[in-house]
Amino acid sequence: MKQYLKPLIGVTLFLWVLLGLAYPLAMTGISQLLFPYQANGSVVKIGNRVVASAIVGQYFNQKGYFWGRPSDTVNATTGKPQPYNAANSTPSNLGPTNKVLIENIKARIAALEKANPGLKVSQIPPDLVEGSGSGLDPYISPQAALIQIPRVARATGLSTQYLHTLINQATLGPQWGLFGNRVVNVTELNVEIYKARHG
Amino acid sequence: MSLQTVAVWVVVIGVFLVTVKPLGTYIAKVFSYEPTFLDRPMRPIENGIYRLFGIDPSKSMTAKQYATALILTNFAWIIISYVLLRLQGHLPWNPEHMTAVNPQLAFNTATSFGTNTNWQAYGGESALSYFSQFGNLSFLQFVTPAIGGTMLIAFIRALSGKKMGNFFVDLVLMCTRLLLPLAIVFTVLLVWQGVPETLAPYLHVHTITGQSQVVARGPIASWESIEHLGTNGGGFTNANSGNPLENPTPLTNIFESIMMGLVEVAFFYSLGVMTGKKKLAWTLIGVAGIFYFAMGAMIYFPMHAGSPVVNALGLHGHVYRVGTELRMGTGGDTIFGMSTMGFTTGSVVTAHDSALPITGLSFMIGMFLNLVFGGFGVGLLNMLMLVIIAVFLMGLMVGRTPEFLGKKIEAREVSLASIAFLLHPFLILVGTALSVALPVGLKGVYNPGPHGFSEILYGVLSGAANNGSAFAGLGAALPYYEVLIGIIMVIARFASVIAMFYLAESLLKKKAVPETSGTMRTEGLLFGGVLTGAVVVLNALTFFPVVALGPLAEHYLLMAHHLF
Repeated sequence: MKQYLKPLIGVTLFLWVLLGLAYPLAMTGISQLLFPYQANGSVVKIGNRVVASAIVGQYFNQKGYFWGRPSDTVNATTGKPQPYNAANSTPSNLGPTNKVLIENIKARIAALEKANPGLKVSQIPPDLVEGSGSGLDPYISPQAALIQIPRVARATGLSTQYLHTLINQATLGPQWGLFGNRVVNVTELNVEIYKARHG
Repeated sequence: MSLQTVAVWVVVIGVFLVTVKPLGTYIAKVFSYEPTFLDRPMRPIENGIYRLFGIDPSKSMTAKQYATALILTNFAWIIISYVLLRLQGHLPWNPEHMTAVNPQLAFNTATSFGTNTNWQAYGGESALSYFSQFGNLSFLQFVTPAIGGTMLIAFIRALSGKKMGNFFVDLVLMCTRLLLPLAIVFTVLLVWQGVPETLAPYLHVHTITGQSQVVARGPIASWESIEHLGTNGGGFTNANSGNPLENPTPLTNIFESIMMGLVEVAFFYSLGVMTGKKKLAWTLIGVAGIFYFAMGAMIYFPMHAGSPVVNALGLHGHVYRVGTELRMGTGGDTIFGMSTMGFTTGSVVTAHDSALPITGLSFMIGMFLNLVFGGFGVGLLNMLMLVIIAVFLMGLMVGRTPEFLGKKIEAREVSLASIAFLLHPFLILVGTALSVALPVGLKGVYNPGPHGFSEILYGVLSGAANNGSAFAGLGAALPYYEVLIGIIMVIARFASVIAMFYLAESLLKKKAVPETSGTMRTEGLLFGGVLTGAVVVLNALTFFPVVALGPLAEHYLLMAHHLF
């Protein structure tokens, strides 16, 4: 037993200083130097005000903004629903045969129909009514953005043509033309709408 | 199947195919104690440490010494980690003022990260300080896979008739020659794509709609790379790699999928180099590969067809998006899913609890088999255990004493391999039965119907396979599950290793028998076929009943539009 103690302490200390301390601190230093914008969380500012992290979704339920994916995050202390709580990411964890899952989807369809008169169910893509994996997904499909144009145009007075342009600007992917889906960044899109309305 | 779907698969699998030979050869070199390119900066420091703490790198350990050093060291880490979690409130780098972790959660977390499981009964961003993340748990994410790696290397040395080597030297090499350099490269790649790496406190956002939002950040990228390279799988945040802060783009999703398998696949080739049996290595890669692709098919096709109940609502498109992140696409979700469950990482990009039944079954199969390349080091060790059993079965069929790598496989070896093999289903089935029988176990169930049974099964299975992912609706924070799964993780990690070390020693002591034309070949298509068959039959016999009660029952009920 004793013969192992000294090597154990030595190797543990050495590896801890190297991997538990030097590695994360050095990587933080290097990252801050090479990619400061990404390393700090892709912060979006209007003037001096921090309005978003470009890679994290936000909760939008106003008629004048595009809505993102349903979010099932909760408050970490109270456990009550708090959509897009970026300090407590979580999915709904509802199973495929759970009634609540289907009821939630139906309720979201109904909410969309109410907010967008004339909208047909067959126009609504699944991503707009099915909750995301993190509750923080900033993206929706182009189809999900297009069907919201009439509502946003009415509420904001911005022309549908202009909204089309904004959507195109906020659309990205597939990455390098090869990887992943074609998606619209709702956070960035709505920041642009805010700018257009509030100068 | 669109171009975007296939492209992701081609890139990830292409990288494995390109790296398997050079990386496998490099690993074999490092652990044959031959000089490699990182010796120049590292050797002088290491030699200083060895001198100072009385380690003689040239002195090999016996199997018993190796196993003792390994287990003592690992338990020391678990205890230190526990103490540090309990003291969290008093330690530095705690900008969000996180308080001490409670005793049973600290026990669960320390054993979980100490056994390369990384099951999480907490949400990282709401419970842990930066120091706990990088100075405690991230450290364990380096050294515990390294321990798995040393188990494998020592076993391979024994198989090839060499001395076992020195545990402490192997541990250091595993960290400094393999994990650290890879982690540095991938951290930079992840930050480039948008993963935060900072010590600044959480970001306070004042949104354009007048709300406030707190965005968790921290040294995420450096965590993320070792989380995947070491097949650890504990997320920096609760949603793990589904969270855009951990996995922001399709490219980071590819990087993370690659990281999980890079070293695991290469280990198979190292086995070939170190034993001089490259054909055996390719045979085993082929067998693991078959299961890897089968798992992929079981994830992709259900997701693409969608749920019949949801499809009946008449939405625009059928692809199942519940619990998924849109940016990855189904191709990205699939490659990540088959990798995290094949390589038993346990990191998740989709919400496993919300997965369609057959997809969920695929996740479970990865953990049942535990050898679809498997966890860092231990995956190949499990495969070799099955090889010994398969060799024995073949011997029975043709009526002669089986041999493997020139050593006779006799009663003692088969008994030890069987003990190691049976431990896994024993833990899973007994743990599940116990939890289903006890009211306190049922209390943790979140979803009704057969899915609730799947939640319990998955949780116990995840602990036994040292995977760490969850059907996360399960009340993992209940003290019952924290303790039960904590204990299962420790037994699963160490008990079978002890059996395998005895097996290694027993093989070492045997005289080698020369290979003749009558020797049964333990490589090639025929042997691969028998091995695949043995894996399927043994696992099907063991696990079919629980699979029928959980995912299969749920699948047929879902097809009949039956909800709970």
